[in-house]
Amino acid sequence: MNVAGIFSATGGRKRMAAALMVALFAIAPAFAINFPALTGRVVDQANIIQSDTRAAIEQKSADLEEKSGIQLVVATVNSLEGQEIEPYANELFRKWALGEKKKNNGVLLLVAPNERRVRIEVGYGLEGTLTDALSKVIISNAMTPRFKAGNFSEGISRGVDDIITVLTTDASEWQKRPSLRLDYQQPVDPASWILLAALFVFFILLIVSPTFRWLLFNVVLNVLASSGSSGGRYSGGGYSGGGGGGFSGGGGSSGGGGASGSW
Amino acid sequence: MILSAANIRTFFAVTLLGLTLAGCGYNTIPTLEEQAKAKWSDVQNNYQRRADLIPNLVATVQGYAKQEREVLTSVIEARAKATSIRVDASQLTDPEKVKQFQDAQNQLSGALGRLIAISENYPDLKSNQNFLALQSQLEGTENRIAVARRDYIEAVRAYNTELKTFPGILWASTFFRSNKPMAEFAASEGAAKPPQVKF
Repeated sequence: MNVAGIFSATGGRKRMAAALMVALFAIAPAFAINFPALTGRVVDQANIIQSDTRAAIEQKSADLEEKSGIQLVVATVNSLEGQEIEPYANELFRKWALGEKKKNNGVLLLVAPNERRVRIEVGYGLEGTLTDALSKVIISNAMTPRFKAGNFSEGISRGVDDIITVLTTDASEWQKRPSLRLDYQQPVDPASWILLAALFVFFILLIVSPTFRWLLFNVVLNVLASSGSSGGRYSGGGYSGGGGGGFSGGGGSSGGGGASGSW
Repeated sequence: MILSAANIRTFFAVTLLGLTLAGCGYNTIPTLEEQAKAKWSDVQNNYQRRADLIPNLVATVQGYAKQEREVLTSVIEARAKATSIRVDASQLTDPEKVKQFQDAQNQLSGALGRLIAISENYPDLKSNQNFLALQSQLEGTENRIAVARRDYIEAVRAYNTELKTFPGILWASTFFRSNKPMAEFAASEGAAKPPQVKF
């Protein structure tokens, strides 16, 4: 078998074709709006929450999730990018996939200080407990008066306290969950299609190109053989370590429940 | 069995064929159809939820603004008409029926909008606790309707696209000949924006 065939004219064209295919499949889906990333239980993009308040809220939210599986996230954004807060909050909630997938028990408290709007977006599963009327009461009493006075930290903190009070006075939310919980990564549809397409390409190449077969059986097998001697297996990526590890959404969704307010 | 080149080729070809059938599959069209029907029932449920709020709302407003008989009557009548039209999941391929449903609901939206507008003129009504609670429930329901409509439109789009594009069209013209595209909602003015109530 002529190894130099890879670098010859005909071999070069095949390499180009393969490289082009890889490049095409690497194009990621583009989202229309730039939502902030879910970096934790408090995403303070607008930088209006004081750090000690923030730490307290994060702790309360973690305790809530520990006891009942409810994912409560506070987010502040610099701009709603021309949208009303209702569709923005719903899309953000769904993107972050707050709450467990089966129970849909997520709550998003979104504050947009530049547009002067606030919204509590409630997941499908909690709509009976944290009703629209209650959300409105929390916003009107605890939050907007304080926001009007410029006191965002206090307003958000009181809002969080009230939400937790409403959610925890219903006894069914206190059910003990199993103690072991892996951070659930929402499977993304584009990735599975890309995988399928890659598999397709792989088999086509295998059938069509002797060079590819040679590459596969010689190079790959060598790599596998040598890696055994160079060190242990690496642990599976994608899952955060125990205790204090990364926070991610549980796959839940929202149907538009909750209430909004402005000041 | 000799592991010859020809045999390897055959093996991979068969595996590839199996994967293709599983991937761009027979299952896609029925799955998408069921998803669209499920989203439709969400839409209907939310519209029904709105209709259920109305009697209480009308009673509360009547307590303070009895003289606004015209607006109150139009709300009651629009509600009766809207609840009388139900679109079954099997009727989703009939654009006329869906349009009828949508028109009735839009009429109710209009009447409700007028009712909320006139209540602005009655400060006692505006500060009534029951009225405030009903208003927030109404806002929440309108928002849910908007979300459910968006989900439905997206599901119908996916289904209709699958019927028309490759490889769905292969399945559609052979096994699923009776599947017709579903009707979409025409977006109406102001339907996406829930009524804003400022205190």
